[in-house]
Amino acid sequence: MTVYLFYLLSFIAIISALMVVISKNPVYSVLFLIMTFFAIAGHYVLLNAQFLAAVHVIVYAGAIMVLFLYVIMMMNFNKEAEPSKTVFSQIIATIAGGILLITLVGAIRIYDIEFAISTNATSIGLISNLGKVLFSKFLLPFEISSLLFLAAMTGVVLLGKNNTHS
Amino acid sequence: MQTSLQIPVNLYILLSAVLFSIGVFGVLLRRNAIIIFMCVELMLNAVNLLLVAFSTYLGDADGQVFVFFIMAVAAAEVAVGLAILAMIYRNTGSVDIEVLNKLKN
Repeated sequence: MTVYLFYLLSFIAIISALMVVISKNPVYSVLFLIMTFFAIAGHYVLLNAQFLAAVHVIVYAGAIMVLFLYVIMMMNFNKEAEPSKTVFSQIIATIAGGILLITLVGAIRIYDIEFAISTNATSIGLISNLGKVLFSKFLLPFEISSLLFLAAMTGVVLLGKNNTHS
Repeated sequence: MQTSLQIPVNLYILLSAVLFSIGVFGVLLRRNAIIIFMCVELMLNAVNLLLVAFSTYLGDADGQVFVFFIMAVAAAEVAVGLAILAMIYRNTGSVDIEVLNKLKN
């Protein structure tokens, strides 16, 4: 049963990821990207990472995608002005992407990866366990990421400020 | 929920490889800088999925904590990048990466 769910979610994720790339209208790309993110959140639930699934939906579908939509709608694109590459470049891009995929798949196919499934695998995705690891083993990276956010926030405010002299 | 671990980890590696390749394909194919950002997000998510899959299969929480950090860095990157793009659009009226080669000289 869960295998069918896995295939369904993978199908949705791959199809909507392709639609992100090939749809001409950027607003449709954002909407398909949201669909991809929900499919990936479903995969997280399937992998017993429930808290991560919730954070993924909140951060990506709730915050980042709203930012994308806001910027796109601020920039009124129309379909005629949408830039597209020449047919030659498109063929080259398709071949390059396909060769990358073939290389990755060929590299992992020769290994038969088998992992012993841990007995506490069902509980490590819960918030109490993740919080313990985050605030003991990864405390310094956590604090550094707060500095990163402060720097990003300051930079965005400086960039978005309307400089009057130009 | 123990049944979800019956899915072999090879399938997750395959799915992540496909999603990552689609992201690379989009970066190579499109000229709109916003779509290129979205494809970078797609690649980051493929890596996140792989980290969570290995974390679950090994019973180790470190991978899931790393996903948090990747999400934080991605959020900061998107905020700064979209601010830069909005700036560029205000000054040049376009987000086409082929006309953004003014940095060359």
